[in-house]
Amino acid sequence: MATLLQVKGLKTQFFTQDGVVNAVSGIDFDLNEGETLGIVGESGCGKSVSVLSLMRLIPTPPGRIVGGEAWFQGRDLLSMDNEEIRSVRGNKIAMIFQDPMTSLNPVLTICQQVSEALELHLGMDKSQARKRAIELLELVRIPDAASRIDDYPHQFSGGMRQRVMIAMGLSCNPQLLVADEPTTALDVTIQAQITDLVRQLREEIGMAVIWITHDLGVIAGLADRVNVMYAGYIIESADVKDLYADPRHPYTLGLLGSIPRLDEVRKAKLTPIEGLPPDLIDMPGGCPFASRCRFALDRCLEENPQLETVARRHTVACWVDVAGGKR
Amino acid sequence: MPNNDILLEVKDLKMWFPITQGIVFQRHIGDIRAVDGLNFFIRRGETLGLVGESGCGKSTTGRAILQLYRPTAGDVYFEGQNLTKLKGEALRRMRRKMQMIFQDPYASLNPRMTVGDIVGEPLEVHNILKGKELRERVMELLEVVGLNRYFINRYPHEFSGGQRQRIGVARALAVQPDLIVCDEPISALDVSIQAQIINLLEELQEQFHLTYLFIAHDLSVVRHISDRVAVMYLGKIVELTTRTELYDNPLHPYTQALLSAVPIPDPALEERRKRIILTGDVPSPANPPTGCHFHTRCGVKIEGTCDVVEPEFKDVGELHWVACHRVA
Repeated sequence: MATLLQVKGLKTQFFTQDGVVNAVSGIDFDLNEGETLGIVGESGCGKSVSVLSLMRLIPTPPGRIVGGEAWFQGRDLLSMDNEEIRSVRGNKIAMIFQDPMTSLNPVLTICQQVSEALELHLGMDKSQARKRAIELLELVRIPDAASRIDDYPHQFSGGMRQRVMIAMGLSCNPQLLVADEPTTALDVTIQAQITDLVRQLREEIGMAVIWITHDLGVIAGLADRVNVMYAGYIIESADVKDLYADPRHPYTLGLLGSIPRLDEVRKAKLTPIEGLPPDLIDMPGGCPFASRCRFALDRCLEENPQLETVARRHTVACWVDVAGGKR
Repeated sequence: MPNNDILLEVKDLKMWFPITQGIVFQRHIGDIRAVDGLNFFIRRGETLGLVGESGCGKSTTGRAILQLYRPTAGDVYFEGQNLTKLKGEALRRMRRKMQMIFQDPYASLNPRMTVGDIVGEPLEVHNILKGKELRERVMELLEVVGLNRYFINRYPHEFSGGQRQRIGVARALAVQPDLIVCDEPISALDVSIQAQIINLLEELQEQFHLTYLFIAHDLSVVRHISDRVAVMYLGKIVELTTRTELYDNPLHPYTQALLSAVPIPDPALEERRKRIILTGDVPSPANPPTGCHFHTRCGVKIEGTCDVVEPEFKDVGELHWVACHRVA
């Protein structure tokens, strides 16, 4: 499979009154064509900022991409001028956001919002765009699309609005769909509808997907590969089955141990990760997870480990080999 | 743990909110039937989980039990006393025995009060302690919930979400209640912090023999913490049973769909799982469907029965109640 996106050393900082926030501290990852990559982490770990940086949607100031490259189809997204990135954004790379209630404009009809990208990027006229918009709404399984297209967002439920967002994202046949916690605001039965839809569309259209979430359950059924992020770093990256069957980073291990599972057999105690994530302004030297880590060594407090390959397509940034039991 | 000492019993509880029209003369044109006839009980020392999707009436149920809303109809018996008939001082005295933990630890703590004032307030209101003894007791409570006793003079903004939720727990514990209604206490917290609060609630239950009504939308969390689970849909309980029975033998089609929609963090299992994908959205509680409320989304409905006759909340044995025409 050909590589679609290659990110090298991406680093984004926010320059605030309190100091420099290290939101993303140099991350590398690849994404193949048609592949689904999950990015998992807690709030503030840099998962949203990293993809917003790729799309060049970081508000500047206070934010700035201070380093790195992101090669997409032979071009570096991070060094493009504004004109060029605009021709990629919404066209080759589409994005859907967490909150479908606020990402649609309440004073424009669904038709106006879905047609915008069609007219802008594909040069369609109004009637062509309208016809295509109806097709897109049908594609995302909105019942009775032709009559609902002139409705306003408030006439749609949360799940339906997220479908409209997906239709807008798909309008220019993107090679990559970036989904930033698209189901977090939705109920679990609606979440199942949306993940099911994305699964089907991915096959139909053959696009790659980056799915950002804090929910290890959602990603288990959706992704091919997973990056686990913590405090601005990717700390573990693996194929989805390897990550769950053989987690190698103490943080990944901790996350999996701290969520109750629906299929757990008895009422066992959860093992929480003690403490809090570090302050991104005043980052400790050494491994960012060291202060909360059960396995921490002296070395962990001094040197920050780099991602090392531990198995096939499986990289971990940790001085301790958790799987081998070596310390 | 099971015993027959029933702490709370709810009979045919209804909580309707009127919809009015007009500015000067408000005409009553309908009702939002947030809670529409609930029957259940909670034994002393037990945790009853209440799950359902947003807008199904689970939070309203919690508030109506504590008489924060006065129920439209029905009875709530707490230690044998009917709370819906109590007023004024008598009700206030009963409230001491029932406390609540809220969802949003950022909104539920007054930013202008110190932790000491927040946790100590219920003790003052109920004239239990004052002065030096009060401060000493607040410090003790902070330690009980895993905070440092010297945090007493700090303000809420100095704490993280998980720590704030601990402050909320300390305040609920202050008056030594019997029943605590936990209204989505972990939904606003990060994954790694959620487990800390769940464990804390479990430890406190053991230590102080607390009874919980645990409201949440996350079925895996509810299954973990509860002894029995009630599943709500559009103002009604559709199924109520023990945590194991609910998972091993769900009888209501809504419970089955809900269980199959919850993702499990195991890729191999996820691949094999059969999912029941419900179509459409939850109907409006202002105009609920006739017959069984779920028939509009149900995959196994019986034409002519489910859309006309409301199913009875039947006892099918083994502490299992279900409201469905398909269940004999």
